[in-house]
Amino acid sequence: MTTTEERPTAEIGRDRRRKEDQRLITGRTRFTDNLTLPGMLHLAMVRSPFAHAKIVSIDTTEAAAARNVVAVLTGADLGEGQGVNINAWPITPDQVAPTHVPMPTDRVAFAGETVAVVVARTAAEARDAAELVDVEYDELPAALDLKAAAADEGGVFAHPDLGTNKSAYWKFDSADAGTGGNVDEAIEKARVDGIVIEREYRQQRLIPAFMEPRSVVVDPTGEQITMWSATQIPHILRFALAATTGVPESKIRVIAPDVGGGFGGKLQTTPEEFIAWAVARRLGKPVKYTETRSESLVSGHHGRDQWQRLTLAAEKDGTVTGFKVDLLADMGAYISIVGGGVPVLGAFMFNAIYKFPAYQFGVQTVLTNKTWTDAYRGAGRPEATYAIERIMDELAVEIGVDPLEIREKNWIKHEEFPFTTVCGLEYDSGNYEAATARAKEMFGYDELRAEQKQRRDAGDRVQLGIGVSTFTEMCGLAPSRVLGSLDYGAGGWEHASVRMLATGKVEVVTGTSAHGQGHETAFSQIVADRLGVPFEDVEVLHGDTQVAHKGLDTYGSRSLVVGGEAIVRAADKVIEKAKPIAAHLLEASADDLEFAAGRFSVRGTDQGMALTEIALATFASHNYPEGLEPGIDAEATFDPDSFSFPHGTHLCAMEVDTETGEVKMRKYVACDDIGNIINPLIVAGQVHGGLVQGIAQALWEEAVYDESGTLVSGSFVDYLLPTAADTINFDIDHTTSPSLTNTLGTKGVGEAGTIASTPAVVNAVVDAVRHLGVNDIVMPCTPERVWRAINQGGSGGATEGAAMPHFDEAEPGRDSTEGAGA
Amino acid sequence: MARINLTVDGAQVSDDVEPRMLLVQYLREKLGKTGTVIGCDTSNCGACTVHLDGRSVKSCNVLAVQVDGHEVTTIEGLATGDQLHPVQEAFRECHGLQCGFCTPGMIMQAVDLLEDNPNPTEEEVRLGLEGNLCRCTGYHNIVQSVLHAAKGVSTSSTTEGARA
Repeated sequence: MTTTEERPTAEIGRDRRRKEDQRLITGRTRFTDNLTLPGMLHLAMVRSPFAHAKIVSIDTTEAAAARNVVAVLTGADLGEGQGVNINAWPITPDQVAPTHVPMPTDRVAFAGETVAVVVARTAAEARDAAELVDVEYDELPAALDLKAAAADEGGVFAHPDLGTNKSAYWKFDSADAGTGGNVDEAIEKARVDGIVIEREYRQQRLIPAFMEPRSVVVDPTGEQITMWSATQIPHILRFALAATTGVPESKIRVIAPDVGGGFGGKLQTTPEEFIAWAVARRLGKPVKYTETRSESLVSGHHGRDQWQRLTLAAEKDGTVTGFKVDLLADMGAYISIVGGGVPVLGAFMFNAIYKFPAYQFGVQTVLTNKTWTDAYRGAGRPEATYAIERIMDELAVEIGVDPLEIREKNWIKHEEFPFTTVCGLEYDSGNYEAATARAKEMFGYDELRAEQKQRRDAGDRVQLGIGVSTFTEMCGLAPSRVLGSLDYGAGGWEHASVRMLATGKVEVVTGTSAHGQGHETAFSQIVADRLGVPFEDVEVLHGDTQVAHKGLDTYGSRSLVVGGEAIVRAADKVIEKAKPIAAHLLEASADDLEFAAGRFSVRGTDQGMALTEIALATFASHNYPEGLEPGIDAEATFDPDSFSFPHGTHLCAMEVDTETGEVKMRKYVACDDIGNIINPLIVAGQVHGGLVQGIAQALWEEAVYDESGTLVSGSFVDYLLPTAADTINFDIDHTTSPSLTNTLGTKGVGEAGTIASTPAVVNAVVDAVRHLGVNDIVMPCTPERVWRAINQGGSGGATEGAAMPHFDEAEPGRDSTEGAGA
Repeated sequence: MARINLTVDGAQVSDDVEPRMLLVQYLREKLGKTGTVIGCDTSNCGACTVHLDGRSVKSCNVLAVQVDGHEVTTIEGLATGDQLHPVQEAFRECHGLQCGFCTPGMIMQAVDLLEDNPNPTEEEVRLGLEGNLCRCTGYHNIVQSVLHAAKGVSTSSTTEGARA
């Protein structure tokens, strides 16, 4: 780029610095826990230490008498007023699900479940008094291991009254759906004259671990009861409160102020929110509850936790003929708001970018006595991408070709778009060849392959592995009709309004609810271009049901492709509404007007009028056409016809010390095709952050339970989040195949990095030691596990109950049973 | 209760505090300095990092009574009037933040790091920020921000900050 080149006038595509940042870098923040209201009381939860137990009695006497304690309440005290934590997506009509009362009265179903709440004048006094609540439990056998629970082994049930741990079985079959062939026939044929690859992979349990612990404030003293919450979903939360606590929706205001990250972890309506709601209503006083990090890790929902059984059938030349997927998915103790919908969101993505003629997917969701699970960045698609990208590597090895070659043999060619997949989804646009070529170039693919061979031939102690992930995903949740056909309880539309203020400023109201994404900046850019107003003059409002009265919030990489499109349409309506008024004021025919750069001009003349002038004219409304309303504000609700299908090629180089098992990332390249880009700076941030979350699943993170169902990775000491010192700089770039499903040609990017990176890393680690007889290493690929895989065969073994070595000094570290991951 | 007298962000303050009160609780609850946030309870995350007599400390790891007679600077006292500290400016310039929750601690740690080592290598920046967790950025742009502040280079409108 030369310095003489002019800055483009368009805002879209420009790397605007974020409007959000000034407050955040100076500490002028409005996180929920920062709020203080007059007379506000503080809550502390009394939580069960047992995974499964009857509540025999709760003695609150001592706690209630403690200093500045206002009340100590149990589930029985709150009764029906505490509402119910709902599941919005019963994936089958006969789904078995326990009723999820925020604070149970008779039985706890996971360690960390709340049984009583202490209300005091300060948070410290509430916590002190929580220690004084005496709960007598009668321990019950706990269903902990996913496979054992799925088999209802030993008659141990997470919820004895249900008589089974099986919640729902959901299946898609391309032959039944008429979208493809019969997978069993393809597999049988391949057993005779082709290749069959069978693998079982583990998706370990993860914790979203947003940096801001969840917090909720409820003020019942106004005409509307107001809840501030560290949530991704203020609108859905408001609906759930109204639907289950008997308070009319119109009497509820929910505000998501500054929210410190979510990653799906704040896509929930939580027991803590409902308990705070009930307590505030009961006492008539504002209350606040802010969780500790330990509480967050044990009670906020977890993610992933699946076993994946995969069968891939192919011809001898590597052409895939069928793929069969059989999943077990751990729901934990309760079916959460998305619940079994998470694996179902992955159901249509195991075929990924490939032209598979036959496909079958089945998932059994299972109840256990562990923390509930729900969406975590990617929600279903990372699991799918991991499975297919791992097994495509296995196919390449079987045939003896480069992993990129086997992918290219099977992927959809760029000239074949739009392409209807074996799942019946229509991919609108993409170019896998282009993204792969660019990624290879950035990576120095051939050179690294040559180095790998040289180091292998030389028998180096540190071996080099190269991992490939050519991913796609479906996001932009979602077409309401499709969601309806999948039995989801709500829609997937989004709403926006554009208000033209008298002074020429513009307010944009969106039903999406940002928690770090930079919506205020990106949406301002879109509106600035659309309406021809300065970027600085656009104010984006969100996250308050009283301001943004209609919306379905932020998750599933939907905010831009659905919410952004709603804004575009609202802005276009503003122009449409302004046009006849402009014609009237300019004394011209509307047909002779054209709108460009914020101005209506009369064709063939120098006459014209700015949109902002029309806004002022309609504010006064002294002169406007008969029969029209005096105003140009507009709103729009957009319901997409299809999902968004970003794709990309990620390449990862890992170095593995074959003597110690230590793994080290050397290089990571991502070339993503996310269609047109609104703000490259924000996109880069989303990609970087997404990559590290996916890499962290591959290398570091795991929620581990001990044999009694206690979360042993229950603090940041034990749950291994990566630091700056663990990570590297990334090389990212983009190819562009504009989406055909929205005006701006954009695709979702929020989850792409996480979805793509996990298999790239594990493929690289396995590739480094495959010549030593290794074809799988269970995630996270810790040095110990890598070492075991090299030296003892297998995939490195399950995670031991790592927090327990001091229980048996004779055999430190060897006494505990396998974690729930086993 | 114990009486403490100290300077916070340039202002002299005096309070009676419980001996067990943490500095971060004091800042937030007594002084309303909510710019400093709490991200964990095991001193792992560093979100609550402030300066105590010019050096970074995790304010969840210091008792309020320990700062009696000392000087504390929080994220709210880092800028000089409307003039942002170069590290604050660099975080905005290089998109070193997303949700902004770790940002106060990250910036305070970065300022201390650069005072110790005005020209750090990338590796030194990464090691110097090891005690501060971020879940949004993948650290890439945080590291760029700190290097950018160190270089003191003029602001640029290209995406180099994000892609370098």
